[in-house]
Amino acid sequence: MIMARPKPIEEIVREIKDLDKVLVAGCNGCVAVCEAGGLKEVEILASALRMYFARQHKKMEVGEVSLTRQCDREYLGELRDRVGDYDAVVSLACGAGVQFMTETYDKMRIFPGVDTCFIGVTDEKGVWSERCQACGSCLLATTGGICPISRCSKRLLNGPCGGSSKGKCEIDKEVACGWQLIYERLKGLGELKRFEQPTPPKDWISSREGGPRKMTKEESRL
Amino acid sequence: MSAMTPSKLEKILAAGHLAVTSECGPPRSANGALVDQKARIVGPYIDVINVTDNQTAVVRMSSLASCIRIKQLGFEPVLQMTTRDRNRIGLQSDILGAGAFGINNVLCLTGDHQRFGDHPGAANVFDLDSTQLIQTVKLMRDEGKLLSGHEMDVRPQMFIGAAENPFADPFEVRVLRLAKKVAAGAQFIQTQCIYNMEKFKLWMGQVVDHGLNEKVSILAGITPMKSVGMAKYMKSRVPGMDVPDSIIKRLQGVAKEDVAREGINIAVEQIQELKECPGIRGFHIMAIEWEEKVPEIVERAGLYPRPDVN
Repeated sequence: MIMARPKPIEEIVREIKDLDKVLVAGCNGCVAVCEAGGLKEVEILASALRMYFARQHKKMEVGEVSLTRQCDREYLGELRDRVGDYDAVVSLACGAGVQFMTETYDKMRIFPGVDTCFIGVTDEKGVWSERCQACGSCLLATTGGICPISRCSKRLLNGPCGGSSKGKCEIDKEVACGWQLIYERLKGLGELKRFEQPTPPKDWISSREGGPRKMTKEESRL
Repeated sequence: MSAMTPSKLEKILAAGHLAVTSECGPPRSANGALVDQKARIVGPYIDVINVTDNQTAVVRMSSLASCIRIKQLGFEPVLQMTTRDRNRIGLQSDILGAGAFGINNVLCLTGDHQRFGDHPGAANVFDLDSTQLIQTVKLMRDEGKLLSGHEMDVRPQMFIGAAENPFADPFEVRVLRLAKKVAAGAQFIQTQCIYNMEKFKLWMGQVVDHGLNEKVSILAGITPMKSVGMAKYMKSRVPGMDVPDSIIKRLQGVAKEDVAREGINIAVEQIQELKECPGIRGFHIMAIEWEEKVPEIVERAGLYPRPDVN
């Protein structure tokens, strides 16, 4: 899922301090799972903003809502009758949700309430880590199911580099060396042949390097 | 074995001599005279001079520009290229430029992560990795093609090198990865600085067992320690470096004013010992900001004068 973390409240205050009515809009999708932008975080941010502006003796009405998803027009549409009552929306969705809110309500000021971080997994309660960079052409079949693009700091396709030490990456002793993981996994599977074969330069056209991406599934279109 | 390119390094190795290479780190300014000065110190005592490419991700004068200066002084440069800062377009362009100036040696590297350098917030590229850069140079030289398939009329004539760190983990992968670089087209290898002799010889044994020493010339990396502080720093702070405590103890065991000399003694002894190590074809002496000691090391190690192959 897409991981995000709440922005510092000062950053949000800076954008809305001259307004009177703000709607904090959460998303019950990915950002709710990583505890950055679901209903609970909407309540926390709204309370914090009310307290902040009360201390400043500044009038500020803060509304609260959380949508099923903000990356879907159907759910964004639920705000149609309500959004006009506010000066701005602080969206706690990922970057995609914030932008889709902007496109849906093009007269409204929309501010992000979280920093969108990565596509990853829940390691344990309160700990999340990256697994995928959405390169658009998955090579997990050849690397034992461990992604060198998201797990190697240099995204090497023929690693590990000379900085690999005791299973850790040169950039940080807390970061696992993705290529050591790949090697161990392929060895365990009896597939070291895959490791021994040089991987040629990757075609990055399907990743962000290829420009804004779009996909169409004809049979799903109305 | 006969040389296929005009590279002096290739000719020296093909003639069966032990090769001696060293390196010159360009300045963090536009002071080209400093490059010349360093090249003049080491040039007469070695076969070719490596020019580092923004080593440790610190911005320095470009490797290609420095190589051109060195070439114009009459010495032979090795163009070090990392894939950290340029994509396949920039890298191929610079290889063509190097070819146009008669630069005949290239060392293909991935490069240190920019978090270690003076611009930790910089974006990295890593469009290719070092193995893929080797493949690219080989394609350009042997097939006269760019990665796009475009055919060129004049090809860059490069003797292709790569680095290998026998001390990185997992240890058993290192020879496999070397084999991959050789399969990709690497013809010479300059190793990481060697301090742990035992581990290095273990690695060399595997290299010989795999028959890789028949396909690639291994030049052993030698870096003299200037001080106890440097030894401790290399041990704890430099990624992929293996400095045994015995080296630090030996440096600590002499009077302060003799530490640098002891560092040189260790380097000379390492060369003498490795001359006997099966598979070793030469030495890469990296005297970091201490180029003036290279002549002494080469002479004392019995590697001077250098053979004339041209």
